[in-house]
Amino acid sequence: MEVRVSNVRKEFDGFAALKDVSLDIRSGELIALLGPSGSGKTTLLRLIAGLEMPSQGKIFFGDMDASEKTVQERNIGFVFQHYALFRHMTILENISFGLKVRPRARRPAAGEIRRRAMELLDLVQLSGLEKRYPNQLSGGQRQRVALARALAIEPGVLLLDEPFGALDAQVRRELRRWLREMHDRTGHTTVFVTHDQEEALELSDRLCVMSQGAIEQVGTPDDVYDRPASPFVFGFIGESSELPVTVGNGELLVEGRSIGVPVPAARPGPARLFFRPHDVDLVEGDATLAGAVHTSRRVGGTRRVELDLGPANHRVEIDLPFDHPAGERSQLSFRPRRWQLFPAS
Amino acid sequence: MASSRHSPVSERLGVRIALILISVAFMALFLLLPLVAVFSEAFRSGFGAYLAGLNTPDAQAAIRLTLLVAAIAVPLNVVFGICASWAIAKFEFKGKAFLITLIDLPFSVSPVISGLVYVLLFGGGSVLGPWLKANGVEVLFAVPGIVLATIFVTFPFVARELIPLMQDQGTNDEEAALSLGANGWQTFWRVTLPNIKWGLLYGVLLCNARAMGEFGAVAVVSGKIRGQTTTIPLQVEMFYNEYNATAAFALASLLAMLALVTLVLKTVLEWRFGDEIAASGH
Ligand SMILES: Nc1ncnc2c1ncn2[C@@H]1O[C@H](COP(=O)(O)OP(=O)(O)OP(=O)(O)O)[C@@H](O)[C@H]1O
Ligand SMILES: [Mg+2]
Repeated sequence: MEVRVSNVRKEFDGFAALKDVSLDIRSGELIALLGPSGSGKTTLLRLIAGLEMPSQGKIFFGDMDASEKTVQERNIGFVFQHYALFRHMTILENISFGLKVRPRARRPAAGEIRRRAMELLDLVQLSGLEKRYPNQLSGGQRQRVALARALAIEPGVLLLDEPFGALDAQVRRELRRWLREMHDRTGHTTVFVTHDQEEALELSDRLCVMSQGAIEQVGTPDDVYDRPASPFVFGFIGESSELPVTVGNGELLVEGRSIGVPVPAARPGPARLFFRPHDVDLVEGDATLAGAVHTSRRVGGTRRVELDLGPANHRVEIDLPFDHPAGERSQLSFRPRRWQLFPAS
Repeated sequence: MASSRHSPVSERLGVRIALILISVAFMALFLLLPLVAVFSEAFRSGFGAYLAGLNTPDAQAAIRLTLLVAAIAVPLNVVFGICASWAIAKFEFKGKAFLITLIDLPFSVSPVISGLVYVLLFGGGSVLGPWLKANGVEVLFAVPGIVLATIFVTFPFVARELIPLMQDQGTNDEEAALSLGANGWQTFWRVTLPNIKWGLLYGVLLCNARAMGEFGAVAVVSGKIRGQTTTIPLQVEMFYNEYNATAAFALASLLAMLALVTLVLKTVLEWRFGDEIAASGH
């Protein structure tokens, strides 16, 4: 099912948690909402679910305007960050809940409900635990029960709020892979919220980066990583270094000196240069960025060097192979290999 | 040094023993002794006299009335209490803090005043009283007045118990149920109520004990018409004033037993479902 969020605004007591947000979610895709705390991810997810109503704007499910529909009518599966399993029901009862509360005309027979629930339990790899209660399961198992429960009603859209937020790194990685496989198998249109960029980059078909109640960029993980649309996205996704520069004579100048990066198309004047620490070449010579090594630390397979550039001591980070001889030096010169220019704010 | 391993608040052995002895003696004197006295007084003239005391028409009427009042007041307070705590715990609205304070009112005001309020509201000098009387409804010095006064005094028990519990549980479970397609009613019966059932039972227990035992507020509105508007506590006083000690204590022993049963159930609930009960302030 396609979901279209169209110019949605959401206010809480006059505070705009979402400002004019539009997002097209394609049928069958796995899309991540990524952003810092308070950026409005949960609010957007709850609006899609119908757990909140927009102050302005509309939400479409396919061609149907769902804006006025209740959460029950929208037929969504929602997985809460803290699972929200019904603690007085067994796992099997939890999973069957959505089918049991259906009006009689649409309710499957008891045996059929049980069969479907057991099938789902098998799908989430928890067969044999149907008689347990939620507090007798581990966090990762609870999360999978929550997912099975949401899937039981055959939702048109699956909405997950920080599904792995409360789990440790190991379990997270496992469940992440598992969720991806699940999605490939069942093909549900899925929206999940996360503030873990690694999770978003690895798991999603597309990701939607949010900041302060607005969408900054929507695109494939490669798009967002390689071609960030704004300084915020550049800084938020992956490692980044920033440097104030001036564009003049079709070149980048730092404090009046050329750094050997031609920019024929850029508008002259002050700008902000962004590059990834690992996207740099060490070079010798005049037209480079040269600086004094402030710290040099080995991080796994690379060496992370903090450099103070020029008289104004702009601090930037660059990565070298950990065994590169330049790692011992106190002065380094480099040139960004890939970079992006944004207008000065 | 051994003493350094003691917690800083621990006292020396002698002091501790003294404190414990004082507490135990105090409780025995003021709590246990009266309880024993009630039962020994009740059975002083033998079991036959005890039964006879309970078997008088007045005592029977008082027991019936007390049960009736509790049977009306407790369920109503359960419904009110659930509604109020639901509203307070699950919605945001203006005047919420005021509502919470208001719920506590019956706890902070003397029961006599609570009774007097109803006298003012429904008495001969009021607007409502004569109109109701003209339409054949007696409130004051009749069962409805007793029920109203009892509801008023016992209102906080259920609500006070449920508000912190529901606030603590939040709305996630309800939202999950709704998202799974349950309607409001199903959500309440299948999710909310099971989540609060032990807390609710605890509140009902306390509410019931108070409803059956209330004296002050009921005394003001009852008019003490023998066999008609006397609840057990009022009847106990009447018997006593008439020097009918055996009957008085026989009836009183019923209330004492109710207290004991309540205490036991309360303890069991606290012990077994402590984390599902917001027990503290009572
Ligand atoms: N019910 C509410 N009442 C008032 N303000 C709210 C409410 N829900 C959210 N907000 C506000 O809206 C903003 C966005 O909140 P939201 O929960 O969507 O953020 P988030 O991106 O999910 O953050 P996190 O990563 O911390 O979960 C926050 O500033 C928050 O304080
Ligand atoms: Mg959130």
